[in-house]
Amino acid sequence: MAYSDKVIDHYTHPRNVGTLDKSKNNVGTGLVGAPECGDVMRLQIEVDENNVITDAKFKTFGCGSAIASSSLATEWLKGKNIDDAMTIDNMDIVEELALPPVKIHCSVLAEDAIKAAINDYRVKNGLEAIVSEKTHH
Amino acid sequence: MDIPVYLDNNATTPMDPRVLDAMIPYFTQKFGNAASRNHAFGWVAEEAIDYAREAVAKLIGANEKEIIFTSGATESDNLAIKGVFEMYKDKGNHIITCITEHKAVLDTCKHLEKLGAEVTYLPVNSDGLIDLDLLEQSMTERTILVSIMYGNNEIGIIQPIKQISDIAHKHGALFFTDGVQAVGKIPVDVIADGIDIMAFTAHKMYGPKGVGALYVRRKNPRVKVTAQMDGGGHERGMRSGTMNVPGIVGFGKACELSRLEMADDAKRLSVLRDKLESGLTVLEESYVNGNREHRLPHVANISFKYVEGEGLMMAMKDLAVSSGSACTSASLEPSYVLKGLGLSDDLAHSSIRFGLGRFTTEEEVDFAIQQTKTAVNHLRDLSPLWEMFKEGIDLDSIEWAEH
Repeated sequence: MAYSDKVIDHYTHPRNVGTLDKSKNNVGTGLVGAPECGDVMRLQIEVDENNVITDAKFKTFGCGSAIASSSLATEWLKGKNIDDAMTIDNMDIVEELALPPVKIHCSVLAEDAIKAAINDYRVKNGLEAIVSEKTHH
Repeated sequence: MDIPVYLDNNATTPMDPRVLDAMIPYFTQKFGNAASRNHAFGWVAEEAIDYAREAVAKLIGANEKEIIFTSGATESDNLAIKGVFEMYKDKGNHIITCITEHKAVLDTCKHLEKLGAEVTYLPVNSDGLIDLDLLEQSMTERTILVSIMYGNNEIGIIQPIKQISDIAHKHGALFFTDGVQAVGKIPVDVIADGIDIMAFTAHKMYGPKGVGALYVRRKNPRVKVTAQMDGGGHERGMRSGTMNVPGIVGFGKACELSRLEMADDAKRLSVLRDKLESGLTVLEESYVNGNREHRLPHVANISFKYVEGEGLMMAMKDLAVSSGSACTSASLEPSYVLKGLGLSDDLAHSSIRFGLGRFTTEEEVDFAIQQTKTAVNHLRDLSPLWEMFKEGIDLDSIEWAEH
């Protein structure tokens, strides 16, 4: 299967690979997927006092499209308010990376990771977790 | 060295130029139909097929009358299993095979189950070999066929063929083997191995695609299979259809070359394969899959824990290899062969198959080691699982959200 140029670019030069200190109160961590399914994403955000995401990092075990989806997600998250970040839709990722149908689950996983990271931050800071009305499972 | 480097010789092999040379006249000048008995064009074609049939038979220690030409191994597998099921249905309906067989065998058996066959799918040990005691216990009076492949296409292990055929025969069943990966690579002798029926194909042994064979024993016992293709009664009535003359000529040439060069090829390739394996298993948490003693000389299947196979192959873009991960397929299921060995899904997802061949050079193997190492390290830098492993976190202790 041929990958799009954007997938190859993110895969070859992944943005924001790394780890934030998950014990810190202003860091939210989302760990989604499962090794036996062939993909696991860990996405982390650092949020300032105005609820703006100042940093985002990821590590992903998975195919090229999964790596590209999470790399792209970190780019989009930086500078966004956590409420705006919550509205990132997996189909935006599909469109941006030109993912084929068999790879849509990679974008779904990235969206799940974003939401999990934001909710982790919210719960840590006394806010309620937001349950998405959208279910992929 | 040409880039990308081809290390997927279990999928298909390049054609040997000597095979192509032998085939060329049979497309244009010697184009006759081998069934045309009334003129020279037909005679020339028929003679070429006779010659090829002898070369094919000689490679496996058979008589030329025992070779049925087909379109390839999938057809041969179908003809063997369906043909025996139909021909011997008065004797019984039980077939024994194994979970790591090729899909052409497994899906044929599944099809026959719908038509009243009873099929036993034997498990394999963690090294990929079947348990002979379990085979013996599974034999019944109704067992007509035991179908176990010679060498496995994903991990390269070689089953104990002689012992398996002995058990089958002791209980009055026929023994069929899918010999696709073994024939032309290691010595296969239908008499010594006790094989009654065997499928094999040209394009895995430096011959052309679209031509294969089924060996069907003629004496001790005389085996017959019911034709699955009706028509002009070619191939002793077992496989009708105009003979693929150039393909068969190429197949014959490929068999002749393999017979003469197999020993040298095998020796050279096992040295290269060992070099590849030792070069890659220096990486932490890398494991060779399958029995390392009883195996084909040219296959290495290695799992690199904490990286995913498809992602890995993308980083090895100058290498043509194959992965046990099936992230590309809609099912997302990793290799059923590796799972059959008892590998966990994550290890099965992390596997790469390297298939060397006659034209693989040491320079290419060195390049493959380098590329693979770089790719594994790159992917591990990106892998949260690798980070957790390094921190000493037990991945089994985590509640993963299945999706």
